[in-house]
Amino acid sequence: MSGTVDPTVLNLVVFVLAVFVGYHVIWNVTPALHTPLMSVTNAISSVVMVGAILAAGPNDPDFGSILGVIAVGLAAVNVAGGFLVTQRMLEMFKKKQPKAKGGK
Amino acid sequence: MMAPAMSANQITLLYLVASICFILALKGLSSPTSARRGNAFGIAGMAIAVLTTLAVIAKGRIDWVLLAMVIGGTIGAFVARRVQMTQMPELVAAMHSLVGMAAVLIAIAAVNNPSSFGVPDPLPTGNKLELFIGTFVGAITFSGSVIAFGKLAGLGKQFRLFSSAPVVFPGQHMVNLLLALVMIGFGAAFFLAADKAWGAFAIMAAIAFVLGVLIIIPIGGADMPVVISMLNSYSGWAAAGIGFSLNNSLLIVAGSLVGSSGAILSYIMCKAMNRSFISVILGGFGAAEGTAAAGAGDKTVRSGSAEDAAFMMANAESVIIVPGYGLAVARAQHAVAEMTEKLIAKGVNVRYAIHPVAGRMPGHMNVLLAEAEVPYEEVFEMDDINGEFGTTDVVLVLGANDVVNPLAYEKGSAIYGMPVLDVHKARTVLVNKRSMASGYAGLDNPLFYMDKTMMVFGDAKKVVEEIVKAID
Repeated sequence: MSGTVDPTVLNLVVFVLAVFVGYHVIWNVTPALHTPLMSVTNAISSVVMVGAILAAGPNDPDFGSILGVIAVGLAAVNVAGGFLVTQRMLEMFKKKQPKAKGGK
Repeated sequence: MMAPAMSANQITLLYLVASICFILALKGLSSPTSARRGNAFGIAGMAIAVLTTLAVIAKGRIDWVLLAMVIGGTIGAFVARRVQMTQMPELVAAMHSLVGMAAVLIAIAAVNNPSSFGVPDPLPTGNKLELFIGTFVGAITFSGSVIAFGKLAGLGKQFRLFSSAPVVFPGQHMVNLLLALVMIGFGAAFFLAADKAWGAFAIMAAIAFVLGVLIIIPIGGADMPVVISMLNSYSGWAAAGIGFSLNNSLLIVAGSLVGSSGAILSYIMCKAMNRSFISVILGGFGAAEGTAAAGAGDKTVRSGSAEDAAFMMANAESVIIVPGYGLAVARAQHAVAEMTEKLIAKGVNVRYAIHPVAGRMPGHMNVLLAEAEVPYEEVFEMDDINGEFGTTDVVLVLGANDVVNPLAYEKGSAIYGMPVLDVHKARTVLVNKRSMASGYAGLDNPLFYMDKTMMVFGDAKKVVEEIVKAID
């Protein structure tokens, strides 16, 4: 036993644990909310924006940083769109409760 | 300036906080009451992730980045506000394509200048392999989602590849397989090369874009719920792949969560349609749409008017409404909600029964009903309500067909084994359809010829509006 753990192995550890957590969390999502689940996961996967920002970062702009800026823009559409449309849908699921009680 | 003060360890810990926020966002969706708090966690997680990363590049070209964020964010916010709930599947498909494209662009940037990501330059072979995976999954997600978007938006008339009917040609699967192998070959050439093998990388990415198109075109309209879920999953795996190559744990966690979410949804959709994932992917299903209904000529159906239907429902003790995609197409959800209110006011017990594949994406029908302000307490999933049909007076089927077909219980029928709503067990069944054409499965439906069934032909919205008028 010697040396440090390869970053790829650490990545694999994180990956496997995250899939495991994802599996258990997702099965608990109520089927009624599967559409909001898709829109919010869309927003969450746009966290690739982190990578895009790093790509766009260097001070002397080159071909790669231009692509990074474009990727930031694309991911930003998703982040804003994904979270806001999820919010909009979830508001619809909320409104009814007081109304239903009032109607009965 | 924050940048010099923040170490790699601090950044990683902040990414950990963001990852936990994302998990809590998904956990919140376990019930409608906690879901909005979940979404707030999601937004918080994203804010932490983005702000942390901005601090990392604080001395670089942050102005460009902010400009791109503002432009993209404005477009996203505008679309999110404007989109119709019936168009959700198209929106989601479009958003998947953006994630895919962003992943590909980042991968190219990483090949070009690994040091801006804090990854050694030249890239280690392991990172290159992951970059290859992230790129081709991203590329397939992009072009596949574009095709899915076209199919869902009904652009088949403008462009044949967008046709909702499966686009098939001889030797399709062989071509796909061959292309996939060639793509992997170039991928191997890329990650085994000592320097930046741009040529191999470009050809590999180009083939992946073509493959994305070829994989989705043979899949028919009926299978779209599976396709969207599958692309949802791919977009997550693409993000995770990029995370691997950049050694970024946040991207790996977020990508894996999304990837497993999409995979589980695909599984649920396949199960609800009694189709194996492989057969959906291979495609060609739904080619015989509407052809098998011819054999129905000698059987008689009983048809009635909207007034008859209104009378039956108003005098029933219990009514279950089964909405299908026809209801969404006719945009009848608001009329249905109004009808329900009137019936409840008359003391009728009204509930909704939702089949998992009602609509064009998982949970679509629930959102449409929620939009029409139907309280979610009145809406039941198939497994929760299937036992109740036997004691129900009237069932109203609106624009659904295959999901209420009792042939699913008959051995040898094409849909044998598919889980269906047991509508045929109710005392009276009212079915609204535009015509006697068969459903996606191309099957006749014996439910329509039963003595207790009354057909009410016409556009769902018009019929329901007439029923509303007739209930007094």
